[in-house]
Amino acid sequence: MNIVDRRLNPSGKNLANRQRFMRRAKALIRKAVHESSASRSIKDADQAGEVSLPAHGVHEPSFRRSASGGIRDHLLPGNKRYVEGDTIPRPPGGGGAGGAEGAPDGEGEDDFRFALSRDEFVDLFLEDLELPDLAKRKVVDAEQLSWHRAGYSVSGSPTNLALNRTVRNSLSRRIALRRPKAEEIQRLRDEIAALSADEDAKEQRLELEEQLRRALRRTSLIPYIDPLDVRYKRFEAHPKPVAQAVMFCLMDVSGSMTEHMKDLAKRFYVLLYIFLKRRYKNVDVVFIRHTHQAQEVDEDTFFHSPETGGTVVSTALDEMRRIVEERYSPDSWNIYAAQASDGDNTASDNDRTANLLTKVILPACQYYAYLEVGRDSEHFPPGFIRRDSDLWQTYTAICRSGVPMAMRKVGHRRDIYPVFRELFARKNQAETA
Amino acid sequence: MSNIGMETSTDAGGGDAAEATERAEHPIFEGADWEFSTIQRAHEVIQRVALEELGLDVYPNQIEVIGAEQMLDAYSSIGMPLFYKHWSFGKHFARHEAMYRAGMQGLAYEIVINSNPCISYIMEENTATMQALVIAHAAFGHNHFFKNNYLFKQWTDADGILDYLEFARGFVMDCEERYGEAAVERLLDAAHALMSHGVHRYPRPRTINLRMEQDRQRERRLHDEQVFNDLWRTVPGKGTQRSDPSAEERRRALLQLPQENILYFLEKTAPRLAPWQREILRIVRHIAQYFYPQSQTKLMNEGCATYVHYEIMQRLHQKGLLTDGAYVEFLRSHTNVVFQPEFDDPRYSGINPYALGFAMMQDIQRICTEPTAEDEIWFPAIAGKGEAMAVLRDVWANYRDESFILQFLSPRLIRQFGLFHVMDDAAEPTLSVEAIHDERGYRKIQRALARQYDVAWIAPDIQVVDVNLAGDRKLILHHRALNRITLDERDARHVLQHLADLWGYDVLLKELDPTTDAVLKEHAATPRGGLLGGDGG
Repeated sequence: MNIVDRRLNPSGKNLANRQRFMRRAKALIRKAVHESSASRSIKDADQAGEVSLPAHGVHEPSFRRSASGGIRDHLLPGNKRYVEGDTIPRPPGGGGAGGAEGAPDGEGEDDFRFALSRDEFVDLFLEDLELPDLAKRKVVDAEQLSWHRAGYSVSGSPTNLALNRTVRNSLSRRIALRRPKAEEIQRLRDEIAALSADEDAKEQRLELEEQLRRALRRTSLIPYIDPLDVRYKRFEAHPKPVAQAVMFCLMDVSGSMTEHMKDLAKRFYVLLYIFLKRRYKNVDVVFIRHTHQAQEVDEDTFFHSPETGGTVVSTALDEMRRIVEERYSPDSWNIYAAQASDGDNTASDNDRTANLLTKVILPACQYYAYLEVGRDSEHFPPGFIRRDSDLWQTYTAICRSGVPMAMRKVGHRRDIYPVFRELFARKNQAETA
Repeated sequence: MSNIGMETSTDAGGGDAAEATERAEHPIFEGADWEFSTIQRAHEVIQRVALEELGLDVYPNQIEVIGAEQMLDAYSSIGMPLFYKHWSFGKHFARHEAMYRAGMQGLAYEIVINSNPCISYIMEENTATMQALVIAHAAFGHNHFFKNNYLFKQWTDADGILDYLEFARGFVMDCEERYGEAAVERLLDAAHALMSHGVHRYPRPRTINLRMEQDRQRERRLHDEQVFNDLWRTVPGKGTQRSDPSAEERRRALLQLPQENILYFLEKTAPRLAPWQREILRIVRHIAQYFYPQSQTKLMNEGCATYVHYEIMQRLHQKGLLTDGAYVEFLRSHTNVVFQPEFDDPRYSGINPYALGFAMMQDIQRICTEPTAEDEIWFPAIAGKGEAMAVLRDVWANYRDESFILQFLSPRLIRQFGLFHVMDDAAEPTLSVEAIHDERGYRKIQRALARQYDVAWIAPDIQVVDVNLAGDRKLILHHRALNRITLDERDARHVLQHLADLWGYDVLLKELDPTTDAVLKEHAATPRGGLLGGDGG
């Protein structure tokens, strides 16, 4: 009998099959992912989780008998009261009394549930999306350098000593120059000692002593480790592109913004955050809320603290400019901004807003997204145009092709994701809003 | 045989015989923890009991300890240690994993593979008692059954299966590199859909070699010469009429039609498959054939293994090799396994093969040693024979589920299980009870239950009946719809589509009522291009 311990075998043997399955069911999984993300709470929108697929999508068909019709025999255990010839009313749900004719692999019409890892989930979630304009704004100010190993060198600091390589060189040199080994010298010494008492072998002893003398001399001439042998690990510096981004969330919190609108905006911000998080190691988020004046706040205040006042959008842009100047130099930060508003603005402020945006904000930004949130009841079918808001009109004038800006209207939660996809779809065409 | 004599006296004598065997100094283990030496020791004592006392005949054992993920792996590739890659295995893995994580499903304690050496997987989470139980159950019970049952002998090659799987995996991987994953995947999809109809149900006649053919021809000629009578020539005949049917018959004979092994038929006959595609069909077909006996012997196989583990564990306990605690743990697990919920119990999901199998094995043992008058009438051949193990070994070797039930389901068991037969005719408004556990019902119940285990009744009977290779090459199949149960419509359509893709031309499936030959339903499919690769499909 053999006992084999397989527990330490590499795991993930099934990975190849899993990938094939994912590829196969991709369309279905993608749909399921989006459905499930809609029902999740925002905080864990990018966590791992289960999705369920309709069973027929990945069904493996076979010739099998249908579950109804015809004549069926059931053999059942546990008879208590029936006698031959009894009739039994048909149980509801067809002839499923015995279940003996169930699907062969127990695969009924139930949905097929399975778990996706976080990465798989986010991958599918953000599939086909790309950050716009990365190429244009390649930040290669080599402020940060990263060091990579790059072979060996003959000089360097002692901490970088490449011990293996050094000893290897030394060994080959010693072999090449025939440096006597310690064992050989010891052997000569032992033989001399053995012969020392014996007068007859004096000649032999003298010869050995001569050999020993030569060996010792050779040893002292040929060092064990020569400076020639020494090697150091060599490092090269590579400039590291700046991989950090800051995301500005601008929101109108004046009285006209309802909870529903804030919720829509929040969802959009969450999507943007997940998305940026995938591309950049460090993503800072700055929340700026405004009424007729703007201020930077923390997330909780941003979404939940009630505020009253008028609506002056340019104040928020001013605040953003101030923060960018203070903390986020466009040279080392990728700046993204998303503005959510119901579209109201004080009429006199429109010009100033347009000015600020074109002159200051847009040049500094990678991308600027404007989301106009409407009331749920006001949901309008795509293509239907109602009267445009002040801000919408202002921005439409700015937003033309070549400008890193996009604007969309959203009225319902379910539109958020499509709009987001539209904004960030790969093949970033000229904005056509 | 002397062994067996002794062993039966143990059975009959009960307690005193057990007292007579000296008790071991120490149990093989104490507590739940185990290490490899524990398994080694357990295997040794179990082997002694199994071979010397029960007279089992097994392949050498290989026991592999695995973790949960590996067990899930094994699940998803139908228990085989190595398998080619296909998305469906990934799907099964995902399903089992999700159920396991949700706690809806425990994992099996073991999986055993019909190979030589016989590989048993045991889970690392099992307690020492469970490991002993698993070794007795799988490494000896199933192992004995695999090695001795006639179906396995006839249909499977335990020595070669692992090598064959290795070859299959390599071949499929090769094809994927050469022809692309997509092409191979489509082919495997189609082949898997037809897998249930890719087995030979009966041993085929050996192909005749030239010498035999010549012999046969000579004999035939001799016979013709002997019975030659010139008068026959003068009898007015049907003359011209003969050519047509004979052409059709010849065609069908050449193609070995009707043919129920659809994959085999495609492999040999489909006009447009490339050689590598035929080889992959062959691989799928071989694997289906390898599993064919298992589907026919589920009840017996589990019954045999359960009976063996029960006997072994009991004897180990009697010898003092199992502590009382371990024995109780074993009994608890054993009773769970052989639990049969009644039909009106919410837990009921069909007849538990472990329960019925084990009960029947024990019943045979009882009939051999303590027959009742009823048994004498029903089982004259074995009642009171005494040598229960010899009888059981013979049963395990020579029956499959269907014949086993027909032969050995005793009235006593039918009463014990309260089995009754309900008929559900879709044409009638109510179900009717056909038979119960009474004098008139025993035979009927035996027959009806046996039929449920008969492959001919389980799998729909679908045959390739005709194709005109010289004409439009339309492939015609018949499904003889037993009891007028037609095929599942949606599935049939999908499978037929796969079949058409493989065949390369139109396919027609007719569902017939076998009693009247009336057509109940027809399905047709036309090949989608693409499967057959770049030959202009």
